[in-house]
Amino acid sequence: MIQIDELHKSYRMGSNSLHVLKGINLDIKEGEFVSIMGSSGSGKSTLLNIIGMLDEAEKGSYVLDGVPIKNLSEKKAAVYRNKFLGFIFQSFNLINYKNAMENVALPLYYQGLSRKLRKEKALYYLEKVGLADWAHHLPSELSGGQKQRVAIARALASEPKVLLADEPTGALDTQTSYEVMEFLQGINDEGKTILVVTHEHDIADMTKRIVKLKDGKIVEDKFVEQVRASQYV
Amino acid sequence: MRFIFTRDTWQEIFGSIRKNKLRTAITIIGVFWGILLFIGLQGAAKGMENGFEANFKGMATNSIFLWGQQTGIPYGGFNRNRSVRIELGDTYRIANQIEGVQFVAPRNAKGIFDGAPPLVVNNLKSGNYKVFGDYPVIDKVSKKKIREGRFLNQKDIDEKRKICVIGERIQTELFAKGENPVGKYIKISNMYFQVVGVYKRNNTDFFEGDNSIFIPFTTFKKVFNTGNRIGWMVIAGYPDEDIVAIEEKTKALLKRRYSVHPDDERAFGAANLGEMFGKITGFVKGLKFTALIVGIATILAGVIAIGNILLITVKERTKEIGIRRALGATPGEIRGQIVLESVFLTLVAGILGMIVGGLLLSSLNNVAKDLDDFPFVNPTVSLEYIAMAIALMVVLGTLIGLIPAQRAVSVRPIEALREE
Repeated sequence: MIQIDELHKSYRMGSNSLHVLKGINLDIKEGEFVSIMGSSGSGKSTLLNIIGMLDEAEKGSYVLDGVPIKNLSEKKAAVYRNKFLGFIFQSFNLINYKNAMENVALPLYYQGLSRKLRKEKALYYLEKVGLADWAHHLPSELSGGQKQRVAIARALASEPKVLLADEPTGALDTQTSYEVMEFLQGINDEGKTILVVTHEHDIADMTKRIVKLKDGKIVEDKFVEQVRASQYV
Repeated sequence: MRFIFTRDTWQEIFGSIRKNKLRTAITIIGVFWGILLFIGLQGAAKGMENGFEANFKGMATNSIFLWGQQTGIPYGGFNRNRSVRIELGDTYRIANQIEGVQFVAPRNAKGIFDGAPPLVVNNLKSGNYKVFGDYPVIDKVSKKKIREGRFLNQKDIDEKRKICVIGERIQTELFAKGENPVGKYIKISNMYFQVVGVYKRNNTDFFEGDNSIFIPFTTFKKVFNTGNRIGWMVIAGYPDEDIVAIEEKTKALLKRRYSVHPDDERAFGAANLGEMFGKITGFVKGLKFTALIVGIATILAGVIAIGNILLITVKERTKEIGIRRALGATPGEIRGQIVLESVFLTLVAGILGMIVGGLLLSSLNNVAKDLDDFPFVNPTVSLEYIAMAIALMVVLGTLIGLIPAQRAVSVRPIEALREE
């Protein structure tokens, strides 16, 4: 699903250049549940942004579902993001003046779906995350866990190939974190490829594969026995 | 462009507008004010133009008053300070020989330039009033508003009838209340004249007011013994003729006839109404032009204010825009939304301004209706100006919206999302 070869990325800070990714090789198959770990500054967020087409690599190749991602125009990148990827952020990033359903329907709007279809789909995915009753509530009326579940529903709504989650539990307490992880595990069980960036070991242990980054390089890449979140909930 | 007409686009726009009510209101005020000023000024200028037009209706505005004075330069054997008095024959000469002259009206009067106003008596009441000897054509110089009876006619002239038309005030001063003066006789300088008409005051008159008496020119000549001399004449040019040229040609003609030095500026006095009205028309034109410039400039300022606020808004909404882009909004869609917001706000503000401006003008019109000497009638703004203002708003709204729109898409989504 994702093939990354010799990926380099550096940021220019004035006259200095900060080499963040120093040759990343990563191959993720369909249906995998991968966590990328590393201390801050290890380059894990940069890697996720490149995978998410929010940022561009300097060197190396990145192929997503057989499509080489290189020199994309902003428009093309937008279309690919919409088609291939679902994002889950640490700070949820819901639009605060839209209710839960409208937030979930937003990527569908950019897919050009009709209103009726958007509403149906949005409600379906809200149902899936157990928030059908909250469809008409604004984000400010939801708890942190609920917000993240809305965000997950939104990420799922566009039926992406890969879910990208940047510290999805970073802003949540342990209990809620496990609930969110339980959702993600459920989605993964249905066959969805999920990539999670985290620095929490217990969260990483709930995935199936842990990739450790340090100073822009992969220092460890291992498949692990998945800890089911349901046993904590 | 299809996205302009889809309901979803507008839902997105209304969503973001509704969410920021205060911001929207403040944004709107600039353009609202601009259009209000534009409409108000244009309407007011038009109202003044109409007002002047109404005031000068029935008046030969392209005309000159001309009279004889004293020479300033010795010429042809005559000393300076010789009095020049123009005669009745001059009016025919001028009418026939000078191109562009529509008609010439000779006038004589007692009680304004020479002599005291004659005593006018009706039974036990009396007063001193100006008396004019006129041809009926004077009606074309300044339309008389006849309240009772009639004005002078050619038959009066031909038969040298001893009849008169009196002003409204003379009626109230010399006649009993409710008494109709038409048909009655009054004594002017001890001669009986039959009253045939009563006129009302007209704001375009020059000397008559509402306390003058008109008698036929030929009668005047006979009873006051003026011979062929005339007090002054009104020379009216055709509406599009150059009245200044007519004045010069007329003076040249009269100078030749009365042996006056060609450079003598004193021998003939003249008041050029045409020139004066030209100035008034020019003033109104200037006013309209100024109103146009000021209006457009204010609209421009208002639209810039919208652009300014949208720019701030875009900065505030960086994160939202980042989210939208992460979810698959193309830069075009983001740009389109912000430009549409700008145009929409501009138009709403503009149309509100037009409505309020229209109400303002209509209430101004109602107030001005009761003021007789305030030249203000039907303040309106032509449809072309409205169309122009709307087109201007759409174009400017689009252009100014492009700045924040460009700013919105120039922020990389990743940077937008990183902002906490």
